[in-house]
Amino acid sequence: MSRRLLTGNGSAAWGARLARVDYIPAFPITPQTEIIETIAEWIDRGKMTGRMVTMESEHAMITAAGAASATGVRVFSATSSQGLLYAMEMIYSVAGWRTPLVLVNVSRGISAPITLEPDHNDVLAARDSGFLQIHCSTCQEVLDTTLMAYRLAEDERVRLPVIVNQDGFYLSFTREPVEIPDSRPAAEFVGDYNPENMGFRASSPSSQAVAVLGAGAYSYFRYETHLAAREALSVYEEVAREYRERFGRYHPIVETYRTEDAEYAFVMMDSFATKAKDGVDRLRESGVKIGLVRPRLLRPFPEEQLCRALAGMKGAAVIDQNLSMGKGGVLYTEIASALYGQNEAAPLLASFIGGLGGRDISAEEFYEIAATLQKAVKHNRAPRPRLLYTVEELRAMRKLQAIAHVERHGSKPGE
Amino acid sequence: MAGKTIRRLQELPSTHLLGTGTPMCAGCGGLEILHEIYDILGPKTVFTNAAGCMSLLSVYPYTPFRGSWLYTAMASAPAAAQGIRDALDILLEKKRIPPGDDLQVITLTGDGSAYGMGLSATSAAMDRNLDFIYLCYDNEGYGNTGQQYSSATPHAALTATSRTSHGYPGYKKDLFSIWAAHRPAYVATVIGAEPLDLAQKVEALQELQGPRLLIGLAPCPTGWGFDPSLTVKIGRLAVETGIWPLKEYRDDRTVHTRIVRHRKPVEEYLQLQDRFRHLFEPERNNREIALIQARIDQYWSKAIDADT
Repeated sequence: MSRRLLTGNGSAAWGARLARVDYIPAFPITPQTEIIETIAEWIDRGKMTGRMVTMESEHAMITAAGAASATGVRVFSATSSQGLLYAMEMIYSVAGWRTPLVLVNVSRGISAPITLEPDHNDVLAARDSGFLQIHCSTCQEVLDTTLMAYRLAEDERVRLPVIVNQDGFYLSFTREPVEIPDSRPAAEFVGDYNPENMGFRASSPSSQAVAVLGAGAYSYFRYETHLAAREALSVYEEVAREYRERFGRYHPIVETYRTEDAEYAFVMMDSFATKAKDGVDRLRESGVKIGLVRPRLLRPFPEEQLCRALAGMKGAAVIDQNLSMGKGGVLYTEIASALYGQNEAAPLLASFIGGLGGRDISAEEFYEIAATLQKAVKHNRAPRPRLLYTVEELRAMRKLQAIAHVERHGSKPGE
Repeated sequence: MAGKTIRRLQELPSTHLLGTGTPMCAGCGGLEILHEIYDILGPKTVFTNAAGCMSLLSVYPYTPFRGSWLYTAMASAPAAAQGIRDALDILLEKKRIPPGDDLQVITLTGDGSAYGMGLSATSAAMDRNLDFIYLCYDNEGYGNTGQQYSSATPHAALTATSRTSHGYPGYKKDLFSIWAAHRPAYVATVIGAEPLDLAQKVEALQELQGPRLLIGLAPCPTGWGFDPSLTVKIGRLAVETGIWPLKEYRDDRTVHTRIVRHRKPVEEYLQLQDRFRHLFEPERNNREIALIQARIDQYWSKAIDADT
């Protein structure tokens, strides 16, 4: 075991290297490029076995990844944002092929307008695809989760591809101290890929991903994939416990922070949850009994674990780094669906949207969110969803609009 | 069949490997080509299939293939060929499968994919010098969805999206030249109605490595509007009128494998098909027929100069 400063991208590359992946179809996109550049250099220098091929698009990349996985080799790939969307037809397809590959997504906001910085609308677009999703908040988690993802994906009870998500910039380009497991125990943990009945061989020909006629067959295969995804909850727990035994780090399905006696909670995913932890600490100092609930698994969705984590609390503020146009926060909707109709007293839920396109969420905003939540509980009335945006930001935006107006019309508005 | 040279029709394979009972239309010129190619390549093959007429060849739980098959999507069948070829090479290299388990990888698409949506993936597969065979069955339109025009549709053809008496205003894209410009190991045109020419080309490409691509004109009774019994006749006329030149590219050179000394007038080919009926009825459109003929004549005068 060695301890080094690694970026999130470096951590993802290390995860793939320690998993001894056979095949890496790639296509570059900011902010993912460091992952494939690192792997390419390792392969060129003989530090990593495996074959990497740069495809001409993410659509082709996921096709090649799925086809290779269906032929019986261990596959890794990585993308982000527009790339994930460009690949989306094949994201759904290869999940239906039940190919257990691992894809790291480096979250980045989606066009239009085009941006480089992170939010989660990219990865959430793959929410219903059949890929399992694990969301990371630190670089260490990215490495550990990539390794664990192979065990989860390849488990015979699951057999589904996995997306390991990390935020662009905040994790991808940020160095943190990361413990890198030694290659031998990592190899023992991951094991060899046993494709079982998957593969194209002269001695055992097969036709795969064939059409079905009739809704009965279609529904059956779709239900089967859903049930396999549900199985992944208990399989993940087994894998995470074994990982703790071997490497001393435990990454639960739902992370809870200072929730033991909490009356309130922030609910968040990915790296901005570390900002919420800081908010929790500050609020605790001023006497607010608040904690953090952070689902790491989004698919399968851990209803039970979330209900347990939130049980008995007065209120929870779900902070979404995504926006479903015309609806609101996706995580909020999912949490509400988990809590509705539960026997134990469910907390009052409040919805906040923030962190779009990498926008920071400040300590003051966490205070404001907590105050809004406490007030709502006091009046027993859920507040309307709030879009986090400051007066300063609006003022800066108005200046940009004024410049845009001059650029287009040659005069200031109203002149 | 490898190593044996087919010189006469009688030497073509007499066993037919592709199963019957597929949902393809009666008289399908694409299925005719696939039969002929499969009989030579044999079952140690894996097809990566793009969305198109042949998507429905394998319908759960049946398949007409004695070898393997993977359905992919319209744009990326060559990318699946890349994934399978690389995976088989990795498995062989790491001795996780015996050499006898290796397969030839074949991409199978229609013209909608080959000429359009899948062209980028095909171009890139050639850039990477992928060791695979590509078969495009070209029925000159989006056949599976009801014959809307594609960039493979010939000038003046009526399609579901060019219904008026002018037909399709564009001209068929020269995919052969586009593919050949990548300088792959092999490119050829074939047609099911000329099985000897086809067999000799499939044999030739089996001796080579790298990207080897075939475009097969696929007379389409439902899309072109003719009786299924005429598939072979129309196929032969396509060659005899010179509208479908049989040729091959390799070693930086294109050679016509069949040069018809006395080409039949193109109207013999056109008038058998409902899609060109408007050129003859209610009155003959001499101008348009002459233009189509002139394009063919121009092609051949250039082609014969280049070959010799």
